[in-house]
Amino acid sequence: MLVLEKRPTPSKGWAWGTPFLAVALTMIAGGAMFALLGKDPVEAIRTIFWDPLFNAQFASYSRPQLLVKAAPLILIAIGLSLGFRAGIWNIGAEGQYIMGAVFGAAAGLALYPAETRWIFPLMIVAGAFGGFLWAMIPAILKTKFRTNEILVSLLLVYVAENILASMALGALRNPEGGGFPGSRNLSQWPAAANKELIAGTGLHWGVVAAVIAVIAAYVLLQRHILGFQIKLSGQAPRAARFAGVKPETLVVLCMGLSGALAGLAGVFEVAGPAGQISIDFNQGYGFTAIIVAFLGRLHPVGILLAGLLMALTYIGGELAQFMLGLPSAAIQAFQGMLLFFLLAVDVLSNYRIRLASFGREAR
Amino acid sequence: MEIFGINIAVLIASLMVASVPIMLAAIGELVVEKAGVLNLGVEGMMIMGAICGFITAVHTGSPMVGFLGGAAGAMALSLVFILLTQVFLANQVATGLALTLFGLGLSSLLGQGYNGIKPPRLGDVPFGPLENIPFFGRVLFTHDIMVYASIAIVAAVWAVLKYSRAGLILRAVGESHDAAHALGYKVVRIRILAILFGAAMAGLGGAYVSLVRVPQWTDGITAGAGWIALAIVVFASWKPWRVLIGAYLFGGITVLQLNLQAAGARIPVEYLSMSPYLITILVLVIMSSGRGRASLNAPAALGQNFHASR
Repeated sequence: MLVLEKRPTPSKGWAWGTPFLAVALTMIAGGAMFALLGKDPVEAIRTIFWDPLFNAQFASYSRPQLLVKAAPLILIAIGLSLGFRAGIWNIGAEGQYIMGAVFGAAAGLALYPAETRWIFPLMIVAGAFGGFLWAMIPAILKTKFRTNEILVSLLLVYVAENILASMALGALRNPEGGGFPGSRNLSQWPAAANKELIAGTGLHWGVVAAVIAVIAAYVLLQRHILGFQIKLSGQAPRAARFAGVKPETLVVLCMGLSGALAGLAGVFEVAGPAGQISIDFNQGYGFTAIIVAFLGRLHPVGILLAGLLMALTYIGGELAQFMLGLPSAAIQAFQGMLLFFLLAVDVLSNYRIRLASFGREAR
Repeated sequence: MEIFGINIAVLIASLMVASVPIMLAAIGELVVEKAGVLNLGVEGMMIMGAICGFITAVHTGSPMVGFLGGAAGAMALSLVFILLTQVFLANQVATGLALTLFGLGLSSLLGQGYNGIKPPRLGDVPFGPLENIPFFGRVLFTHDIMVYASIAIVAAVWAVLKYSRAGLILRAVGESHDAAHALGYKVVRIRILAILFGAAMAGLGGAYVSLVRVPQWTDGITAGAGWIALAIVVFASWKPWRVLIGAYLFGGITVLQLNLQAAGARIPVEYLSMSPYLITILVLVIMSSGRGRASLNAPAALGQNFHASR
């Protein structure tokens, strides 16, 4: 019989190997799911993972989309990974993303139709502040009243969605929009637009911010005392307390940082690719970013790669929907499956699988 | 009796219906947490129950078979949680989240082509002349079988946990899995059974949403009910009868805000719709702070995986 034997320290090799194994297993299981839906599994997997990048017909459209979709995922996942490492579970990034977009758009639209170059920077600050504020609610409730941050941050997503709807229908509605819901189009207003920096690449300010976030998180975790405290609190909370780490400060810092980054992702999205505040503005990036954070093993460089891969599944999913009629829900299930396989194969890095011999059992 | 044009008897009767899904899901999760397992996938299991129940009911024409289908669907999904947390010892928080994300995707995949269909109707239990008692007849005797079943399940869980040997063992596993293991109880087996029970309840609750409460299928139909159920377990301080109170409280808020929407209250619809979530947060804060705080009552081994090293 197979038994699990705990490793004294997690295996380094498997720590790097498991994400690849999980992706491979997800492709197999996903292929089986696509086959059940009556699609050719090989063709479906190729349409999702290969065609967006290398098919001559689609690559010119799809490649820029890769950066557009990856930027918010990476920004949010970097913030989440800091908290996850410290055992602080902010799972309401979707709400913080929405509030970032709402705050950012509101700050910009308040000045419409002024034409100064300060509007876009102001929106960015307002967006980060909106996300920060929304994340502070669970953070302060946790530090002051010991309220579970998982439940509060998640429930606030539904509150944020309702605020978004009320903004799209009320306060931020385009006065010249003929009564339709949705705000003015920010991407068509030069002072507020999050423009493509190099035409045809999809590179906008959000991508720049995502790269900066990756580098900053890397430095923070490797070189800064705060990064050490974050890692220590996650691995040995008691030791962290003796080392003088204040859990309350850490909760506020990790939640605040992840909220601000999610808010940034929201404001870059609303001023660029999405263009406006609308009822269905949020596309679930805040939840997918949880998968990205785990797929990247909570490591900044890993998250960068994982964000690109998840962005690819979004784009490839759209392509498969268009080419093969694969329902978009199938891609959502596929992404969920990836997280399952990741968590399952993680057992390999923490435990050794042994064939239990008779003698060992007797002992 | 009427207040602001809302009939009180109708209000109470409809809050009893509105609270069934969260009551079922919460009482199931209570048993799971009493066994020391934190399953954050309630929302995913509920929505799987909602779609599986809907599909079964539409094809068999029987809502009762539909409920069985809903429970089975949620239990099938929970097998993944069982495999990951009980066999592969994966983090329960992350696995629960994965269950919810996957459940939302899979349910909307399964539900393709079921939009706009009406499920078979679940009739009220006939009580004959009892229904004509003023006020109480409307409140107590005009419900479908699941309203009574959910209350009976709460009572049964309370009795089993408090008075039976099985309940004692379940609680022991949740308080200290090492001690329970040392006494020779099969910790993992007991936890698996608890998770399956929790999933069945979440599935019933989900099926009630799509078959009775709404009744139709749309993506994301449970709209956070699973998360509210998780909050109600904390609100209830892991005590079964308080789950009933919590569920009725939230059912009441939901019904009240819907009635206010219909009555054309001056508050915008969006602010009324967010009120159940805000009040859930408020209650969580009240329950988790202060000296008599709920977390003192939480099972000691909650969320910890068990690995028998000896």
